[in-house]
Amino acid sequence: MSISAPRGLASSGQKPITEILHPLSAAEEPLSPGPDVTVSGGRDKEVGLTNGTPVETPSPASASVLFNRLQLDDDLDSDGRDPYADTETHDLFVTVDDPKKHVSTMETYITYRVSTKTTRIEFDLPDYSVRRRYQDFDWLRTKLEDSQPTHLIPPLPEKFVMKGVVDRFSEEFVETRMKALDKFLKRVADHPVLSFNPHLNAFLSAKDLNKRQGLALLSKVGESVKNVAGGYKLRVRPPEFCAMGEYLDTFNQKLGTIDRIAQRILKEQSEYLTELREYGTVYASWAGSEEELQRPLEGVAGCVTTCCGALEDMSENMGQDFLPVLREYILYIESMKNVLRKRDQSQAEYEGRLEAAVLRKQEDRTPIPAEVEKCQDKMECFNADLKADWERWQSNKRQDFKQLLTGMADKNVTHYEKCQAAWESLITLLQDKQTEDKTSCKSLWEIRQ
Amino acid sequence: MADDGREESLGTDDDSDQTGADAFLTDFCVSWFKCQGQIMCSFVVSTQMVEEGSTLMRRMEICVAEAEKRSGKNAVSMQETFTVYLIETRPMDAVAEGHNPAPDCLWRRYSEFELLRNYLIVTYPYIVVPPLPEKRAEFVWHKLSADNMDPDFVERRRVGLENFLLRVASHPVLCNDKILCYFLTEEHGWKEAVYETGFQAKVLDICEHLLLNSCFMEMKHYSDELQSHTSQLLRARARVADRLYGVFKVHGNYGRVFSEWSAIEKEMGDGLQSAGHHMDAYAASIDDILEEEEHYADQLKEYLFYAEALRAVCRKHELTQFELEMASQDLISKKQQREELATGIVRTFSFKGMTNKLFGQEAPEQREARLKLLEDLIAEGEETVKEKTIERAEHVEKAWVDIQRFKEQKDKDLREALINYAVMQISMCKKGIQVWSNAKECFLKM
Repeated sequence: MSISAPRGLASSGQKPITEILHPLSAAEEPLSPGPDVTVSGGRDKEVGLTNGTPVETPSPASASVLFNRLQLDDDLDSDGRDPYADTETHDLFVTVDDPKKHVSTMETYITYRVSTKTTRIEFDLPDYSVRRRYQDFDWLRTKLEDSQPTHLIPPLPEKFVMKGVVDRFSEEFVETRMKALDKFLKRVADHPVLSFNPHLNAFLSAKDLNKRQGLALLSKVGESVKNVAGGYKLRVRPPEFCAMGEYLDTFNQKLGTIDRIAQRILKEQSEYLTELREYGTVYASWAGSEEELQRPLEGVAGCVTTCCGALEDMSENMGQDFLPVLREYILYIESMKNVLRKRDQSQAEYEGRLEAAVLRKQEDRTPIPAEVEKCQDKMECFNADLKADWERWQSNKRQDFKQLLTGMADKNVTHYEKCQAAWESLITLLQDKQTEDKTSCKSLWEIRQ
Repeated sequence: MADDGREESLGTDDDSDQTGADAFLTDFCVSWFKCQGQIMCSFVVSTQMVEEGSTLMRRMEICVAEAEKRSGKNAVSMQETFTVYLIETRPMDAVAEGHNPAPDCLWRRYSEFELLRNYLIVTYPYIVVPPLPEKRAEFVWHKLSADNMDPDFVERRRVGLENFLLRVASHPVLCNDKILCYFLTEEHGWKEAVYETGFQAKVLDICEHLLLNSCFMEMKHYSDELQSHTSQLLRARARVADRLYGVFKVHGNYGRVFSEWSAIEKEMGDGLQSAGHHMDAYAASIDDILEEEEHYADQLKEYLFYAEALRAVCRKHELTQFELEMASQDLISKKQQREELATGIVRTFSFKGMTNKLFGQEAPEQREARLKLLEDLIAEGEETVKEKTIERAEHVEKAWVDIQRFKEQKDKDLREALINYAVMQISMCKKGIQVWSNAKECFLKM
């Protein structure tokens, strides 16, 4: 799949990538603006997502290779490091940034810059920079789902927004969406199988994404699984997949609860903020009728205002960074449940066909047809892929949530640190003045000493 | 009987012995005269004044004859130009007897007229003292006449000053004033005499009185402000506390959900579980924090109630002030009555005076009796005024001292309270940092 895109050429309105570091360079800075996911040069123990497998062949890693990998990684390191971190080469880096509004006669929409740096030979060039809109990401995901049905495809941010309710072009909305798209692409790029998908290649490198003609290069497994017949009913889901299903259900529930709690906290904080602002103004207006107490009261009013600002910052952060990630995982769970169902279908088909074939053999000694064996292969592939992806997903989930929650804790700590600093400086101010006053009059505090 | 106000033609000599018909007549006249109101009053009064005359007017003919420019050094030894006016006086009886002696005359400048008037205002606070012509030309219709040296202005002023003197001299009370007499007759000794009266001290009294009043007024206003601000603050603080409580308690839900979630996790379980405990601790911590803040609220409340006490002190001042004024007014009015009785001159409209005119004066014995009664009342009144003055002065002195003490105490106490509040806030922040840092440690172990 050679794409004759000249070096550095891009679609409308592009800047050359100067700020993105080459992956093999010494610096370890994260490439993307997304706060929750960092892709580093491999030295960071807390790396968010992993990268592709060190396979030589251009075809997607076969199931057997994946099986081998699984056997290596059953127990984790004692200090909880991501199992894939040290064993993988990082050779495909993607970033989504630079949103721009495009206005045409027909419609208005936003495009994002998608930048790629890679050493993979599947790509003609080491660098790419293209502009893509949400539709394009959606296309990519659909293609991935179709061509790799046995794998978990990461979720996209929500497609539809109510026109009247949410401003599709507001900075916040665009920023949140962009981060989610960045995360999506990074997860795909880090997946040992998905990252080699030709559709991804086209998405990252083609100047114009011709979405109408599907690329003809689909794996055999993908092609056949895509046309799984309905109508076969699964009898028994194997225990490991049952466990997955149960886990997903419970986890979904918990995430929903956490989402509600977070929203409630934001609401309570907003109401608290309103009252706190009013509180500050009362001090300021009292200061107006006092002489000696004017500075102290104004000082308190100032502190309260500072605390209001700190709280506002924290609330904004929670809204922009915390909640979207939660929602994303809820979407992920949905898509995972879909994959589980498809797996169930594949098993059902195999079992159905096998049963039919066995019965026929008993009747008229017809040998088991080859399709049945193919079905068995399909099913076993599916199971293997799913298990591998499950482990990877679990690992990523752990990293993501660790990051999310520590981020939340950090924001709270920062908020309190700001407030503490403000009050401490006020005390110095108040106490300095106190040592100046040496009147005979005793305060109540002094009387009680 | 109606139109020309002929007083003597009606009724009996003594209105206390009236027959029914006469009583009716009295009533009728009284109410009729009441209807006529002011006109009759002033007519009667002025007729009386003209008839019986003021002492001075009777004695002297006064006029302001001329005006002249002078140059001289003023109080700050600067050269200045000013106008002086010639006052001529002649004894009336001499004129009436047909002699035409040369008038006594002296020169006075405008500022001396002012001094005289200020003296009169202070000394006769119950008298509407006639005004002087304007010091500077105001209300000019024509730029040219804005000059104090302008001859037309000077001429008009001369007339105005003459009017002033005539009015003062014809005033039944003011005309008897010695200082006025000196003003008209003693060119040089007058100023010393006026200063010797010590009227300026009374001016200071009045000023101090006004100042004190305004000080207490200010204090009262401040007490209102203090009350309003402390109560506003207490209410706002309560609302803030209520909301903050909500924020903390909702975090407790994290504790529960983390705990439930940890049950389905393998590696993440422990971290989540312990983090959950910290969230529970966070939610619980607000109770102590708000409990401690109540102490701060109590300190504010103390001063909320103190404001009321301060206002009470100011009101007491108002009260002593009021009682003193009432007593003074009463005394003045009694003195006036005495004077009226003694001189037979009615300055204020009274029905007694009217009926006296209509039906004749009362008998001398009755007059004597009334006079004696008045004298007693006046003596009593003077005692009361003295008492009230002392009461007021004492209150002012003590109250003022205590108000100053209160101010200092309030400033100190409230500053302490604010410091304590800041300390509480810092403590809350530290606890918050502690809890969230602990939670972070747990999250990192996930």
